[in-house]
Amino acid sequence: MTPMLQANAKSKYRSHKRAVMTRNIGIYAFLIILCVFWVLPFLYMFFTSFSSVYAPTYFMPLINPQKGQPGWTGANYVMLFKDETLPFWKWYLNTLAISAITAIVETVMVLGTSYAFSRLRFKLRKPLMKLILVLGMFPGFLSMLIIYFILKLANLTTSIYSLLLIYVAGSAMQYYIAKGFFDTIPKSLDEAAMIDGANKNTIFFKVIMPLSKPIVVYTALITFIAPWGDFMLGSILANGQPDMMTVAVGMQRMIAKEYIVTYFNAFCAGGVFISIPIVALFFWLQKYYVEGITGGAVKG
Amino acid sequence: MASNNAVLETKTSATPVSQDADGFSNSEAGLTLDSNLEYLSLTKPKQILYKFAHFFTAIPKKLGRFFHSVPRKARDRWHKGQGVVRGIYDAGANGDVFTRLSFIFMGLGLVTRHQIIRGILYFLYEVFFFVFFGIVGVPNLARLGSLGQIGSVQYEIIDETGLNVTAKAVHDNSFTVMLYSIITIVFILLFLFLWYNQLKDSLKLQRYGAIGKAASDKDTIEDVFNKHYDRTLLFIPILGLTCFTIIPIIMMILIAFTNYNSSHITPDHLIDWVGWYNFSSVFSTSASSTSGNFFKIFMQVLLWTLIWAFFATFSNYFLGMIMAMIINIKGIRLKKLWRTVLISTIAVPQFISLLLLSKIFADTGLVNGVLRSWGWIGSANIPWLTDPMLAKIMIIVLNTWIGIPYTMLICTGLLMNIPNDLYESAKIDGASPVKMYFKITLPYMLFVTTPYLISQFVGNINNFNVIYLLSTGGPAYTLGGDVPLSVTVQGLGRTDLLITWIYKISISSTNPDYATASVIGILVFVLVAFFSLIFYNNSNSVKDEEEFQ
Repeated sequence: MTPMLQANAKSKYRSHKRAVMTRNIGIYAFLIILCVFWVLPFLYMFFTSFSSVYAPTYFMPLINPQKGQPGWTGANYVMLFKDETLPFWKWYLNTLAISAITAIVETVMVLGTSYAFSRLRFKLRKPLMKLILVLGMFPGFLSMLIIYFILKLANLTTSIYSLLLIYVAGSAMQYYIAKGFFDTIPKSLDEAAMIDGANKNTIFFKVIMPLSKPIVVYTALITFIAPWGDFMLGSILANGQPDMMTVAVGMQRMIAKEYIVTYFNAFCAGGVFISIPIVALFFWLQKYYVEGITGGAVKG
Repeated sequence: MASNNAVLETKTSATPVSQDADGFSNSEAGLTLDSNLEYLSLTKPKQILYKFAHFFTAIPKKLGRFFHSVPRKARDRWHKGQGVVRGIYDAGANGDVFTRLSFIFMGLGLVTRHQIIRGILYFLYEVFFFVFFGIVGVPNLARLGSLGQIGSVQYEIIDETGLNVTAKAVHDNSFTVMLYSIITIVFILLFLFLWYNQLKDSLKLQRYGAIGKAASDKDTIEDVFNKHYDRTLLFIPILGLTCFTIIPIIMMILIAFTNYNSSHITPDHLIDWVGWYNFSSVFSTSASSTSGNFFKIFMQVLLWTLIWAFFATFSNYFLGMIMAMIINIKGIRLKKLWRTVLISTIAVPQFISLLLLSKIFADTGLVNGVLRSWGWIGSANIPWLTDPMLAKIMIIVLNTWIGIPYTMLICTGLLMNIPNDLYESAKIDGASPVKMYFKITLPYMLFVTTPYLISQFVGNINNFNVIYLLSTGGPAYTLGGDVPLSVTVQGLGRTDLLITWIYKISISSTNPDYATASVIGILVFVLVAFFSLIFYNNSNSVKDEEEFQ
């Protein structure tokens, strides 16, 4: 009896193991296919950025040429820095400066606002939070047009750096995630510090800030990346002048109908050029990003 | 609390309960919906139906409560107003010379009582305010009613005989009239607030002085860093919000009531108030006029906006969650690698990925090229982004490529937080994985991520980037087809959302119609506010804000 039972159990165990194995193989296959799909567009961009002909229908134009015998070339990258009609390097410097300054100033302001809403209790707290919530529901860029007119009245439309002003001015709207994070820090810490004679300023900088590294990094990262992708404001402000464009506006110009044949490869090169630092930054700070987004976006 | 909910639901799910019509109106016993046992014992679709019905049946009650509270609120306001008047009277009757002089010279009562910084700031604002009010405020406010007029005509005599004369009208810029009027009103409100405050402070300091309590600038510093630290922190953000969000929104609302369009561009033309005309022309349904067609198109765009927002939000949410769960399965190796690869779409700036995708799926793009070289398609291209129906589907599909990683990131951490014993006990009871997902995982995730879902839904209604960069609004409506075009809808495409439509009407169009754009903007706001309010009112994580601290 016993050996038979044992054999039975063994075979059951084996079949179970086999089922798990096949399941896992299926999952691996699925994940691999998915990952391939995920990176294919970027690979396409990478290969095209080194191609010397305009051949958008070929995945690797360097190997599978449409006409002639093209090979690897770095000319597309050189073009980014040399070209006068569409001066990529100017856009790049514009955007880099704007995003760096925005990241610093906005992080301070977002965190300050979040701290005020999370920790301080004042009469207008709830009304203000509700007001900001409601303001966020208006479609933002109808007001952008009016902002443009306001800037024009103040004679600020001659420089792309006016974007800084607008980005920073909107920082109160982004209190939500950081506030969620601050909410999770125990209040007893504040109280202990208060008993020791700290005022609220000291508590903010000496108690809360050191505990909030993930959300500081998260906010800085988000505010740094945002200007790279902001299209609308930049396009309104640049108003078609190539010198004043940001990267997003300019690169959209690169693949407009009249330019695409000449500039498509340069567009891909520019994409690679922009992505590398941001990807590096992102993966370097990924830990904080994940902690910030899970700690703040949702309260668990 | 979350896990409690989940447990309760797993335990009560199996029992079928008679749901008579009365069941739907029985929730008024002071119980909230979620703790009502009868509600919990319903099946899931019935629960949704119940909530839906509850929302509407509760409307009269809520309205009643609202109107009931109106007299009380009005009384409170009245008392508050009385308090302000009494405070001013108090300062006039009982104040000393300096306090009384503060009626005219702001901050005097503070400076003389050693709060020099504060007093000087008050006084500086007063000086600034009156200069501004005199130079900018009065002339603009006076013109607000008519939005400016043709002031004078400048004649310029060109030739000697005086016969050839050009006349150039010099008139007001209606736009600046409106803008400066709003700014002046903001300054007036600020002035009244500060004026009352300094009066109150002056009287307070006077009374402190009477009992021998000295004030100094140290109090101000204490206020700045401790007592009123909220004001210190919020001053600049609120200032920025006022200048670049609140004032523009007020302007936008005002513009919806004017005729600000391509034939009335400032400063060459005057704008005029037109009342509700713009709204009525958007909503007019008379089929003969162009505006009737406008309404028809508006409804189509609105419908697509809602469909898009729904599918974009929930496809990302569920697919992202499933991805997170698959990678979380025990025994799957290289977890970090899979996550890192999938996250790459977050790290690369979104506009690059979107522009790239728009080119890859273009008619003469990579996908069609590769399919042709494999011999899968003939000479005709597959119109990925140029066929109305296919473009809509493709946009939702491509959007998951960008959106899944975000949800995956959020869900990965949260899924690990679900207590494992819940699953173990469910397994012992013989629950299938699918059942466990619907009875344990999903309720928990929904509970925790409702705020995220709301912001996603709202964000998708206003998602400019994905639509504009992928399809630029997609294939255009064909002229003379089912929907004839009027001037205001030129450039509108089949995949345009309300938000990209506004962009086309107001910014990229050669005949911009700001007034109509504002009307649509206000309608978008109403739409978004409606959905957010429903969600927020039913979301536990918003109700229990303090519970997490």
